Amino acid sequence: METAYLIETVIKIVVILLIFSALAGIGTYFERKVLAFMQRRLGPMNVGPFGLLQVAADGIKLFTKEDIVPSGVVARIFKIAPVITAATAFMAAAAIPFLPSFTLFGYEVHPIVADINIGILYILGIMGVGLYGPLLGGMASANKFALISAARGAAVFISYEVVTGLSILAPIMMVGSLSLIDFNEYQISNGWIVFAQPVAFILFWIAAFAETGRTPFHLIANDHEIIDGFGTEYSGMRWGLFAIGEYANMFFISFVISLLFLGGYGDGSLLGALALLGKVAFFFFFFLWTRAAWPDVRPDQLMWLCWKVLMPIAVINIVITGIVMM
Amino acid sequence: MNNEQFNDRNVSNDYFLVDIEDYPTDGWGKFKRVIKRSFRGELFVGLWVVLREMIRFDIHTVKYPEEKMPIGPRYRAVHEMKRLWESDTERCIGCGLCEKICISNCIRIDTKIDENSRKEVSEYSINLGRCIFCGYCAEVCPELAITHGGEYENASDQREHFVMYEDMLTPLDKMKAATQLEFEGFGAITPHEDERVKKTPLAY
Ligand code: SF4
Ligand code: SF4
Repeated sequence: METAYLIETVIKIVVILLIFSALAGIGTYFERKVLAFMQRRLGPMNVGPFGLLQVAADGIKLFTKEDIVPSGVVARIFKIAPVITAATAFMAAAAIPFLPSFTLFGYEVHPIVADINIGILYILGIMGVGLYGPLLGGMASANKFALISAARGAAVFISYEVVTGLSILAPIMMVGSLSLIDFNEYQISNGWIVFAQPVAFILFWIAAFAETGRTPFHLIANDHEIIDGFGTEYSGMRWGLFAIGEYANMFFISFVISLLFLGGYGDGSLLGALALLGKVAFFFFFFLWTRAAWPDVRPDQLMWLCWKVLMPIAVINIVITGIVMM
Repeated sequence: MNNEQFNDRNVSNDYFLVDIEDYPTDGWGKFKRVIKRSFRGELFVGLWVVLREMIRFDIHTVKYPEEKMPIGPRYRAVHEMKRLWESDTERCIGCGLCEKICISNCIRIDTKIDENSRKEVSEYSINLGRCIFCGYCAEVCPELAITHGGEYENASDQREHFVMYEDMLTPLDKMKAATQLEFEGFGAITPHEDERVKKTPLAY
């Protein structure tokens, strides 16, 4: 029993790692294509049909590039920072049920690595740790822009993390559990949480943009102000790890939003599973969509938004939820 | 003189003055502006605009190496040496004016007296690595011999990149086919410019 469980878990981990590393690559392809179409361009076209093999070309480029550790950096921290970003992104995935459980060759598979009872807390905590990647990488880089980026990262972190935590407090109060599977079960009988908690949904969605560092909260690595921020001094696969972490995070947070607020995979039928993937695809697309449409905010504006607008709204939302539940 | 014709701008009605509100000075005004901006849905207008463009799929990309935009007749790219229409002989008389006027000193010309006691160009080269494509040589040439062509793909693996007389000269078979193009040059009007020109509501 123990061995079987161990083997099963390892296989799940490997499958999730492989699928989402590949998805992160394909995500960059979709991002380029979607942005290009929205800006009346064609995007990558030359490598493979419709530029589909661009991902492979990028991969080869990143893997074979010289790994440069500039002089003057704090080498150890500089080297470990990208690993933190990528590793925490995947570690957070451990508590996400990607699909309803299904039977494969007479064996029941639960597509979740560990259904721990503090699921959502664990996910948010690990994703929060992921910010140490940009922070440490930026501070260790001995580069002005990287340093600014690290400082911004810290400022952003303390702002949005409050909103994330407070906004999902109300749904957690309703469900009475922190496990994403319990969230899913709750929504089968009680309808989608987004209808009961629209404010919390929007707040969490906004915070997700800050969490993943996407436009309009892309200020940690804004190309037009601070080059690539914490990534300025990185090259080759170290930079690639940052990118994989960012895109994997986008996918995972899309899963989390769908599971928390939009009914997840529903009753666990095939249709429900497809619906979940559809919801995830929409949220991922929305990340790209806003990047084409919206401007970036300044760090002070983000802090203003989080502390003076979103946090009070979240607190009021919790109080009202509490009163209604009483 | 009567300026009436010029003062009648006769512009289309699509132009309008943008209504710009005064900047709020007090806290209450700023607060009202925040509320207004938050709930007017401007962000969704932006989202709709880019989605609309994506659905329309009106792509403007020119796939450059395979497709090329036509270039205007004034465009000054790599030089060409023209021939006379009547006799197919070279137009250049070796006067050396182009070498003299070239502000980056990149034309080198050498002449000699040929067997008929006529001046003949023996050496002529332009260093494209130095040429700034100012067009002075084409402007000064009394014979309309040196002109600019439309060949702009002149990337080279080294800075010194020479183009020689024989390479610039219109090939004889092109002369036989009468397909030598004259350089319209300075002040030439881009084709179809009349259709594209628009009036703007600015006063003179
Ligand atoms: S274009 Fe100007 S710089 Fe070039 S050869 Fe002619 S005169 Fe000299
Ligand atoms: S190209 Fe024109 S300016 Fe130059 S030497 Fe010949 S005739 Fe004179």
